[in-house]
Amino acid sequence: MCTASLADGGLRAVLKLDVNFFDWTILAIYFTLVVAIGVMARRAIATSEDFLLAGRSLPAWVTGIAFISANLGAIEILGMAANGAQYGMSTLHFYWIGAVPAMVFLGLVMMPFYYGSRVRTVPEFLLRRFNPATHLFNAVSFAAAAVLTAGVNLFALALVINALIGWPIWVSIMISAGFVLVYITLGGLSGAIYNEVLQFFVIVAGLVPLVVIGLHSVGGYAGLKEKVTHTALGPDSFSTWSGTAVGNWSNPLGDWIGIVMGLGFVLSFGYWTTNFAEVQRALSAKDLNSAQRTPLIGSYPKIFIPALTIIPGLIALVLVPKLGQVDKAGNPTGLTYNDAIPALMNKFLPNGTLGIALAGLLAAFMAGMAANISSFNTVFTYDIWQTYLVKGRRDGYYLKVGRIVTVAGILIGIGTAFIASGYGNIMIYIQLLFSYFNAPLFATFIVAMFWKRATPWAGFWGLVAGSVGAAAMHFGGYHIAYFARGGLTNDQMLNFYGALTAFVADVIVTAAVTMVTPSKPEAELAGLVWGVPDPNAPDPNTVPKPPWWASPKLLGGTSLGIVLVLSFIFV
Amino acid sequence: MVDPVSDATPASAETPQSAASKLFDIRLMIGGLFTVYGVMLTVAGLFTSDADLRKATGININLILGIGMLLLGGFFLVWHRLSPKRVEPPPTDQPDRTESQ
Repeated sequence: MCTASLADGGLRAVLKLDVNFFDWTILAIYFTLVVAIGVMARRAIATSEDFLLAGRSLPAWVTGIAFISANLGAIEILGMAANGAQYGMSTLHFYWIGAVPAMVFLGLVMMPFYYGSRVRTVPEFLLRRFNPATHLFNAVSFAAAAVLTAGVNLFALALVINALIGWPIWVSIMISAGFVLVYITLGGLSGAIYNEVLQFFVIVAGLVPLVVIGLHSVGGYAGLKEKVTHTALGPDSFSTWSGTAVGNWSNPLGDWIGIVMGLGFVLSFGYWTTNFAEVQRALSAKDLNSAQRTPLIGSYPKIFIPALTIIPGLIALVLVPKLGQVDKAGNPTGLTYNDAIPALMNKFLPNGTLGIALAGLLAAFMAGMAANISSFNTVFTYDIWQTYLVKGRRDGYYLKVGRIVTVAGILIGIGTAFIASGYGNIMIYIQLLFSYFNAPLFATFIVAMFWKRATPWAGFWGLVAGSVGAAAMHFGGYHIAYFARGGLTNDQMLNFYGALTAFVADVIVTAAVTMVTPSKPEAELAGLVWGVPDPNAPDPNTVPKPPWWASPKLLGGTSLGIVLVLSFIFV
Repeated sequence: MVDPVSDATPASAETPQSAASKLFDIRLMIGGLFTVYGVMLTVAGLFTSDADLRKATGININLILGIGMLLLGGFFLVWHRLSPKRVEPPPTDQPDRTESQ
């Protein structure tokens, strides 16, 4: 989310950590285990589905933690701490309204269509529901965005290693890519997911000490609140909804229409329910109940992670002099907001705990890259290679292709990282371009699953119209006075409204094209659309009923309830 | 012997058996790693220096984190001991491909 400033601002030399033999031992143990997991997971791979979908055999708690861990990359962690320091508690919107409802919706409503129809990827759902054009549009834009994001992760990781340990950028890029290469080329998705589970616990163990010591040093939560009021953020920084009135907003994230509809509905549902890097974790679960519970289990850590990101951001704002301040030319005068967590690590953590936090941070960067590569290889192998280029071979052939594509994806990621290190701005523009493709996805999926009349070509043109709508709003928005305060356009708010535009454009064009093009015969939609059951589906009475504590409705309802209560406390 | 180039045969007929049941149990790895880390940090915490204490504003964070990690590591090892991974039959809500005519 905040790659731009990570690349531009750079971490100052003052962040150089005092790493000693003890910390190196901790790091060495961790990365030995990372490789060992890949090597040992290899035994469990005999088919392409074993490699690309972990054999659809994992228990719900594993896929649930991997689901959240695939999102908890280091760019996310450093970026959300930066947002905390920059926007205050309004950052909670990215976690609560901007994530949990979508995760619950995915588990309760959409997963039966994904898992129940036995599609192997998200684009494959579009192929069966609509047509090859829609499928190709989504598969290609997803695959390209995934390798690009992997490369950006790799570059961000190299920057952090350079600042914290002092290794040259290119050494860090090659070594980190080497680790990822080993554990996902050998262990496949199982290797990636198992490492994500491990990484989740290590990153939490690394962040908790920062919060404990940080809060202690500022006089607890009350002390933090009091001290933050005296910073540039001001007294409103501990309120999430103040200043969100439509027509007269002052909240750093804009008005409530943008937050609720743009972020909470379109962007959040689009990311969590259609991004294959996320949905893939659920598809690797061992049965429908486990697949449904994957995002629901993941929603619980998501609710509480802000305590480990936003709070350190605010602590750093109070304790690190000149954090995030810029001179008249816009150049940082001290550390940037993205440096919040590394700065606290440097300030507070003694050797030992420092090693744990560093291991967690490095692991989170690698997991961010691995999640993208392990979804890229699946989409490329199944949706592009097997569907269009070389059809009808035996499974062993596609297993081999999957492995080669994994290596190729990592090589492209390395190339991307080197381009990013030379031309950071190009990467920002390309990421912006891909965000236009993502914006309308949820509109297309929700129409696809609930309106059986929607025609194959309506799916394609809806996506195209939505992408164009997002781009138009993005460029046009800079000329609309309502989005600006003090002469500066609010990028977050514009982003939310751009997503809304994409949604509306997508739905209107989908409906219009449906009126003039032929629908698919209902028999071909079995199991893919609400109200058209799959005649081959097993009789619900023969499927063993899960115990009460594994009920998706209970898990999802409780998660939403906790968010509601917390939202009133931090209103 | 299957001729490796006879790719004309339908893919499903020759799909080998999934080996997913051979996957090891991640609880052992988490339990082992956190126990080792827990011991290392707890010992370091018992011999912590004044400088380290001052850096962490008087909190012996190595000791606290070490004990915390030992507890979490122990939890995963005990959980694994109490309910070891079973080799489960194919889930019943999964249509068996060979019989789906």
